[in-house]
Amino acid sequence: MYDREALDRLDRERKRWEAETLGPFTRESPERTTPFTTVSGKPIQRLYTPLDVPQMDHARDLGFPGEYPFTRGVYPTMHRGRFWTMRMYSGYGSPEETNRRYKFLLGQGQTGLSVAFHLPTLMGYDSDHPMAAGEVGKAGASIDSVEDMEVLLEGLPLGDVTTSMTITSTAAVAWAMYIAVCERMGIPHARIGGTIQNDILKEYIAQKEFIFPIRPSLRLVTDTIVFGSRHLPRWNTISISGYHIREAGATALQEMAFTIADGVTYVEEAIRAGLDVDDFAPRLSFFFDLHNDLFEEIAKFRAARRLWARLMRERFKAKNPRSWMLRTHSQTAGVSLTAQQPYVNIARVALQALAGVLGGAQSMHTNSMDEALALPTQDAALIALRTQQVIAHESGVTNTIDPLAGSYFVEKLTNEMEEGAVEYLRRIDEMGGMVRAIEMGFPQQEIADSAYQYQRAVERGDKVIVGVNMFEDPEERRPIPILIIDEELRGRQVARLARLRKTRDKDRWQEAMDALRAAAVGRDPWGKDLLMPKILGAVRARATVGEIVGALREVWGEHTEPSII
Amino acid sequence: MGEDRKIRILVAKPGLDGHDRGAKVIARALRDAGMEVIYSGLRQTPEMIVSAALQEDVDAIGMSCLSGAHMHLFTRVMELLREKNAGDILVVGGGIIPDEDIPKLKEAGLAAVFTPGSSTQDIIAFVKANVKRPAAMSNEQ
Repeated sequence: MYDREALDRLDRERKRWEAETLGPFTRESPERTTPFTTVSGKPIQRLYTPLDVPQMDHARDLGFPGEYPFTRGVYPTMHRGRFWTMRMYSGYGSPEETNRRYKFLLGQGQTGLSVAFHLPTLMGYDSDHPMAAGEVGKAGASIDSVEDMEVLLEGLPLGDVTTSMTITSTAAVAWAMYIAVCERMGIPHARIGGTIQNDILKEYIAQKEFIFPIRPSLRLVTDTIVFGSRHLPRWNTISISGYHIREAGATALQEMAFTIADGVTYVEEAIRAGLDVDDFAPRLSFFFDLHNDLFEEIAKFRAARRLWARLMRERFKAKNPRSWMLRTHSQTAGVSLTAQQPYVNIARVALQALAGVLGGAQSMHTNSMDEALALPTQDAALIALRTQQVIAHESGVTNTIDPLAGSYFVEKLTNEMEEGAVEYLRRIDEMGGMVRAIEMGFPQQEIADSAYQYQRAVERGDKVIVGVNMFEDPEERRPIPILIIDEELRGRQVARLARLRKTRDKDRWQEAMDALRAAAVGRDPWGKDLLMPKILGAVRARATVGEIVGALREVWGEHTEPSII
Repeated sequence: MGEDRKIRILVAKPGLDGHDRGAKVIARALRDAGMEVIYSGLRQTPEMIVSAALQEDVDAIGMSCLSGAHMHLFTRVMELLREKNAGDILVVGGGIIPDEDIPKLKEAGLAAVFTPGSSTQDIIAFVKANVKRPAAMSNEQ
């Protein structure tokens, strides 16, 4: 983009500026002493110029929006055409309470649904299981069976809005329940749109909501990808997630690199299961974190799109341009929220959300200001939704596509982010792939190290957190309203389960459970008989989450992880 | 138990959530501060935590819970410790815990509750100053 002569001239000019202008100025008035680093600890230069991106080639490195390599965005019009989907991740207490929250948020202009399940559902336990004690409805909605799912989704326009379900180890069961409810509502399979998170590798790496060992888990994920590609063409069968990797302590680069490495693994597994890459790759979706460092985050999204496009086209020989596109959901960084001075979190979330918009996200959740203390109240969730609406409609940043392209700084960060990820991918390939790397504890150790280094930087004062290690409130804590989950809920869920088990057709249930068990035992890992139809059969026969997962636990066993501190 | 016995502390993760970042950072900080740290791993029931604490003969337990189930799980651990005559073990907790719950947890016997933003140095200092067991008391570092 720049010719040699112009660069040489610029280099001379820069040296002159340093000697004549910068030098004398900083001798009088030195720069601040806190390290100039990103939130991930990456050093940042004083100034960026064309000398930092001398080889930049618009056609090769950036391309036009909606075209390879998608650095500038996956769609030709981006947010000028349609805003990102405003999808607030919500769920608490009973299915009824959560349903009311969904209707409230849709009424306030939310444009997509995102289901938060309580931990027993995520871990495959019914509300009456001893492991569920104290947990029912606490971190999400309590969903034990398709009957709860019906209540959860009652009256929602499921043919028109898409639903994302944040669930992984038990994603196939939640998806089956969702499909069964849509069937009863008369919505044809071809119209059902949404996403299951279903990214099991990041569970072993970071989020730790795993149940089964890695191999059968991957089989189940691939099974859903195959089922979706055949029957539910509008469903994203996986949301390959960096979010949890980042929240567990990874740097922005590690988040991106490990997520792309997980994506590569799913592509390899689906190809091994006999699919053509273009049959399923257009339905792979992603999910990234939005942390505090505005430019680092924007660079991460741009680099991730470019790297994924290059991998899909060059490594996997995908031919359909949709297979090259990295479409992504985004969420502001829960880990950045402070329990101290919680109202300040509103400002943090606004800046993080801005990064998602400037980074070209397709969907977004904004955290509420009270989430370092509890699940969000309705009022706090509304402020978070309004924050997205202000960015969309008032800030003007959506008037043009990828407005930061061509910034020497942002392009340099984007290049470095991609180069760093390529290097991680090379190391992971050398280890024998991501599954092997996880078994060796590699990403886990990298993340634990980064988390510890960050904490130390905060405690040294190298990283400032407003209200925590600077500008502390002398009054310590000013109380804010908090959402309280009803402790009696478990009793009601237990009664509901007892009624379900008593009233359902026992023969039909038994038959469906036997068929599921037989399919899970199947020796052929990529058998012609998919598990998904059997899970759907069990759900229709009113089997509970705990029963379905219990049957799979019996066959596959459980994963135990080595402790990596 | 010699004079130079280090403080032994069990860092435990009760409940179903897998958020182990805080527990691991604190485990490492306590270890770097010279304590012997036993990390329980994820999804420990109160029974498992108390049994590990007794087997490992720890002076202190630090529990981390981010699932919202802390009231049930932390208080159950305290009950079990008293049943096993191990009420002298120092117990601290942390996680996503609303302010309203902190006095109730202290009433149940937790010595302190550290919420997000707590410094590891404060936690280390608190543990060192408050362990009750004689063997550990003889070794102030």
